[in-house]
Parts: sequence; structure tokens; C-alpha cells
Amino acid sequence: MGEKKKKKVKTIKVDVDKCNGCRACEMICSAFHASPQYSSNNPARARIRVISEPLKDIYVPVYAGEHAKAECMGRDKYVIDGKEYEECAFCRASCPSRDFFKEPDSGLPLRCDMCESDPTLEKPLCVQWCTVDALTYEEREEEVEEELPLDDAEKGLGSLIDKHGLQKIMDTMARMSKKD
Amino acid sequence: MRYAETGFNLEVDLTRGNIERVATDPRDTELYLGGLGTNAKMLWDRVPPEVEPFSPENLLIFSSGLLCGTPATGCNRTIVSTISPQTQLMAFSMMGGFWAPELKYAGYDKVIFRGKSPDLVYLWINNDKVELRDASHLRGKGSGETAELIRKELKEPKAQIASIGLAGESRVFFASIEQGRSSASRGGIGAVMGDKGLKAIAVRGTKDINVARPAEFMELCKEVLSYIKFRNENPVEGVMAILTGLGSPQEMAVHDEKWHTENFMWGNSRIRRKDFWNQEIAAKWMETLETMRTRLISCYNCPMKCGATISPPGLPTYMMKCFSKLTYTMAAMSDLDFGLRIAQNATEYGVDGFSAPQVMAFALELLEAGILTENDMPGLPPDNEGRFHWLLDRIVRREGIGDVLANGTYWAAKQIGNGAEAFAHNTIKKHEQLPLKLSMLNPIYFLMYSTGEKINITQIEGQFPQAPFATRAEREAFVKDWFQVPDDKFKQYFLDWEPRGEKSMPFYPTVQMCCDIVDWQERMHYIDDALGMCAGLSSFPLKPPYHIHNYPKFISAGAGFAMDEAKLTQATQRYRTLVRAINIRRGMRRKDDKPPENHWKKRFPELEKELLDTYYRFKGWNNDGIPTKESLHDLGLDYVADDFIKRRILKDGDDGPANG
Repeated sequence: MGEKKKKKVKTIKVDVDKCNGCRACEMICSAFHASPQYSSNNPARARIRVISEPLKDIYVPVYAGEHAKAECMGRDKYVIDGKEYEECAFCRASCPSRDFFKEPDSGLPLRCDMCESDPTLEKPLCVQWCTVDALTYEEREEEVEEELPLDDAEKGLGSLIDKHGLQKIMDTMARMSKKD
Repeated sequence: MRYAETGFNLEVDLTRGNIERVATDPRDTELYLGGLGTNAKMLWDRVPPEVEPFSPENLLIFSSGLLCGTPATGCNRTIVSTISPQTQLMAFSMMGGFWAPELKYAGYDKVIFRGKSPDLVYLWINNDKVELRDASHLRGKGSGETAELIRKELKEPKAQIASIGLAGESRVFFASIEQGRSSASRGGIGAVMGDKGLKAIAVRGTKDINVARPAEFMELCKEVLSYIKFRNENPVEGVMAILTGLGSPQEMAVHDEKWHTENFMWGNSRIRRKDFWNQEIAAKWMETLETMRTRLISCYNCPMKCGATISPPGLPTYMMKCFSKLTYTMAAMSDLDFGLRIAQNATEYGVDGFSAPQVMAFALELLEAGILTENDMPGLPPDNEGRFHWLLDRIVRREGIGDVLANGTYWAAKQIGNGAEAFAHNTIKKHEQLPLKLSMLNPIYFLMYSTGEKINITQIEGQFPQAPFATRAEREAFVKDWFQVPDDKFKQYFLDWEPRGEKSMPFYPTVQMCCDIVDWQERMHYIDDALGMCAGLSSFPLKPPYHIHNYPKFISAGAGFAMDEAKLTQATQRYRTLVRAINIRRGMRRKDDKPPENHWKKRFPELEKELLDTYYRFKGWNNDGIPTKESLHDLGLDYVADDFIKRRILKDGDDGPANG
């Protein structure tokens, strides 16, 4: 087992009731991550997207998380308080099944990095630009177990899982082990 | 490389179905900035005065502003320019929302339509792919309904859509262009869109907008954002509640409507109900709004929440902002429940919220006066509210009497005759105005009403308080942090302005001071209209975050060319004069520069003459309101002077300043 280690957990709290749908978060995110910084902006490059369906009163800012190389085996669809949200609405992944969180030119995946920069910002910029407080920032420390370094076999399997999905690898392993 | 703007326009010939992407001249940006400025240049160059509004040669220009799509907070306006069927003059109505930034991200500054499509079509702009698509299945559909159907058929939920409803298709002279969250309503531009056979424009863009000096630009943006926060926490003191904050009047947020309901006129801008507001009405209207209002909402990249989604029970949800909240209610002498319900209808039909209710109230007044009879309105329901719905349905279809009323009060009265003209009493340049009737002449407002070529008072007023403060101490407190003034003399004007006595209206502010004040207020609106900035963060409210001192920095850091206050002022004068020149060439003269006859009870003809004479001279116009050769030359508009002389609008050598 690894040792216990302190880890800083950064959280953006999203209060969808307060969102006014202005998309300043998308705008400033794309400007901050432009190179040189702020030289351009383009919400399509943002690592946050506001799901916005005004007539259904749906406003949900969603952040880009880890890239998923494989599609999920199925999709989900939420209905909350009678409002039906789009398929996989709250998922943070950029994945093959949809065109969210991808660079419009290259298709490369985007991921929220909490505006990590040098010098460190007090808060991510989307939070700073959200003056209606739909986005607020919290930090806390957690004790986590230090991760053990992976061995080569695990690394190899990991990339296979990335590529084909865990279920498929498990099925294949099961089939292959039966043969013997 | 172009900064802030994309440097490309789309030219769409609807007759031939031809679409071209055209590079623009960066020198035009320096001279006319963008938005309204470059629209005016285009209308001057390409739409001669012989062109009728409903001619294929009339242009319909959808423009973003120069800074739309940049991080500048609140810069999201679409400026639509054309020749109005109602006023026969240049119309440049605008809308907030999300459309203009999306057009920028798609890679274009403007879309210019000419010609007429043989069949109803819509334009789909998806970055480099631009196509005209059949819209026959959208004929007669509501504006919002159309937007939803287009998003669905394109499978593009993020497309931003500007569309017309039935009123635009029927070429109603006060038809609007709707964008869900916002609309360009004034001047009947929706009728021109309908005439061209264009149902909607859908746009989706995923490209970058660049700024020239990013670090500097962002610093300016941050200053503005923190000043907005400051102003939201520190409302202006000493003025009525509606004028204390930023944004457009926060009609969707407030419940107390005492001021509007007791000071604005009801019916066909006729009746003032001084003791209307009471606890019972307040409670009832509050319940209505609380039941129907789902959320306060914003336009692109703006923290102000000037709009709201409204869900009237039993009707589809729609979005509303500002004073449409009360225009139908007050025209029909009804209540808020009726107003919010009929506004749902009116928004889907796509009509202007100022003109439409007044036209209907006007029709019912004519009925009461016996000028129109029940025979003119077969099937008219007995109840007032039912009548408004009935009239609206007829107008947007141009059925029966609706066909006459669809031209607005001025033209309808002419057609009806028999004394009807006296009932079309609230227009300027043939266009319906806010329902306001006041007692004594206000010299500042006299000039603004007379000469404002947007022909809408809220689109020219704003920077200078509407009325003097009671005490010197209050005035001193007001001017203390009033850094937005272009010159300290404005503080003095205000400090000395008394509610009564020697230094009070109508003779104070003096004629010259009035010219300065009107010019400043107008200038700020014209800057906004070229940059695409919402007036709600700039020219409309007192002490706004954008002003004459930081605008040149925004333009220069954003667009990358040298700009200072003097150069910006001159550029604004240039395209403001061009707007006037277009209208002068279409026949507008001094005789048209006047408020509604009964706007004030107490008038001062001599003073009014002096005001107009002096203001014309101040603007470099001759005594008939025509820009002089000399002033045109100073603004680099010799081509306008040449045209005026060629058309005998100006005589060569006889164009000196008024009384000069």
C-alpha cells in the first residue's frame, strides 16, 4: 500500500438556478487559453459549455473532463423536475460520440485545467467572470493514498482499455482464457 | 491581419440566389468604425433615393458591431439597416442577444441582402458553408416557432436565428425581426425582410476573433466588469428608481409600476391615470409576474439580466424585455395578465411593441368616434381585450381593416380620412412614439425628439439627468464621481440647473448648453451603434462603464488602429452626418424635425425656433437641416456634397451655415 498524502481538491460549484445564460464563462475560457493569452476568443474552443435551452428554462454549465477514447456502451438521458435534458448532458468527457470539448480545427480533446498558470490565479477565470454567482470556487485538502507506479503490463492493458473500452477487453480476455 | 473585425462580408443576391464572400476595406473601418457607420456608408453608396423600400434594389443589412465577439462585456448587438416602409427614411433598428457574436465567429462582419427571392427562403451560415434553403414549410409560422424548427432540421441546437413571423411576411409596416431573446423592432425592418422573401437567418460559427493588443484590451475589460459590479452595488441617488442602475430599464425584475402607469399615457396615448396604482393592483400584478416569469436572462457576455422568460399558463413560453411589459396592457386599458398574454402572440407574429398596441388603440378610438364603424370591422368582439386580439390577428394577415392598420397610424389615418388624421397624433416622421404627454417644454428633449434620426427617444437620451435635482448639495454629490463627462462644463451645467427660478426650464440649460448636452448624448449612442455595444451599459444609463474616455482605448487595443477622443468624435460625426444625408436625399427637411404637436401642453415657439436654428448651426447644417458643403468637407464627405449639388439639394456657393 502507498503512503497517505495531502491533495488539494479544487471544486467549481455550479448553481444552475443562478445561471443567466450569458456564456461569459465560455468566452473568457477561450480567451485565457488562447496563445498568446487573450489574443483571440472563440467559445467553440472553451473548456466549459453552457447547455442552454431558454424555452425549457434549461441552463447548465458543464466542464470538460478527461477524454474518453471509446464510446460508452449506452447513453443516458435525464429528466429533472419535468425538464428533459439532452443525451449525456452532464458528461464531462470529450468522446467519439459527440462533438463537444474538441478543438474546432484539429478535433483534439479539450479539458478544463482550472486555469493553472504561473503566477497562480486566485480563482479560475470563468468563476471570476460569472458575476451572477452561478459559478463559485472552493478548495479543500483531502488525504489520499499515494498511487503506486504502474508496471508495464498494466500500462499496456491500460492503453488497450482506452482504445477499445473496458468491457470489450474483459470479454476478449474471458474468451481468450477459455480457449486454453 | 484584421483585428476585432473579420474583414469579410457576405453579399447575398436573393433574386439570383447568389452568395459571395467579399473582403472589406480596412480604411472604411477607420473612417466609419463598423456596424451603423459602415451600414450607412453602404446605403449611401448603393441605395439611391429613388429606390422604394419594397424594391429589390433596397438593401437589408445585418451587421455586427466592430467589437462584437471580443471579450468586451455587453458587446453583442446586431444592427439592421434598410429603408423603412413606414418612414421612407433610413431605419437602423438593433437587437442584443447572441446573433452578432455568432456571425463574427462564423467569419463575417455583415450580411447584405439585395434582390427578392421568388420563393420563401432562409439563409444558413455555418462557418464557410453558406446556403439558401427552402422555407416554404415555415410560411406563416411564428418567429420563435421558426427558430426551433430550423434548429431541429439543421440538427444544430447552437445555431443563432433571426426570423420574422407572419407580420413580416405580410409586410406590416411595424413588423419586427425576432431573435428569441431580443428583437429589432423599430422602423418596420421585418417588412423589408418579408418583402425580400427571407424568413430567417441561421448562423453558427466556430472561428476565432482576434484582438490587436490582448493584455491591454483585457485590462480595459476587467476595469469595465469591476465598474459594473460597483454600479450594481451603488445605484445613482436622486433619480427615479428606474434610472438608478445599469442595463435597460429592469422591467422584468420590478413589481412597482406606479411610475409608468401613472406618468405614461393609456389607450391611444391619451389618458393619464394619476391615481391608478394601489395596493390591490400592486398585489395582483405581482402575482401575475411571479406566476409567469420563469427566469431573468441575459444577452451574450453580459451580467445584466434585462430580459425574462415568460410562461403564460396555457400559452407557449417566450422571452421579453423592457417596456413591452406594459405597452399592450396600457393601450388596452387592461391588466398585466392580458399584457403578458397578448405579448406572446405579438412576439410570435413579430410586431413592434410600441407601434402595434398604439395602432390597435387608435383603431378603437376611430370606432368610438364613428370614423370607423362596425361595418369596417365585421366580427369584432364586444370586449376590449377580445378586440385587441381580433385586431392583431387581422393586422398581421392584412385582412380587411387590418390591411389599412398594418401601415401604422399615420398612413392608416390618411387612407381612412374623414378626420382620422387627428387621431394619429403620436408620431414623429410617421413613426409611433412612446405614449408620453407632458406639461412644459423641455428644451433638451425638444431637440432630441426633433432631430433624433433613430426616431425613438430612448435611443438618444441617457447621459445627462432628465430633470434637475432639488438641492445644490444633492447636485454636488451627483457630480463628484461623474467622470464620464466629456468636459467638466457639463458638471457646471448640472450644478447650476434649478427646478424653479431663473436657472430652470425651459430657459436653462441655455440654448447653447442644450446643444452640447444633446450632442454628447447622441454621440454616445452612435458610438455604441457602430461598436455593437448595448446602450444599457453605455449611452442609456447615467454613469455607465463605457464612455468617451475609455472607448478610444477599446477601439485601439481591440481593432489595432490609432484612436483618440477627438478622432472618435469626428468619426461619429461623419457617419451620423451620413445618416442625415441619406434622409435628406430622401426628402427629409426641417419641417419633419418636430415632436408630436401635443407632446407638451406649454410650448415656446420662439425658443423652439432658436433651439433648432442654433443646433443646426452647431451640427454644421444649414437652416433647412441640410449638412453644408463646408461641414461635409471637414468630415471627408465631399462625395456627399457633390451629390447634393448635383441633385440641387444644395446650391453651389449657397450652402453656408444657417444665419451665417
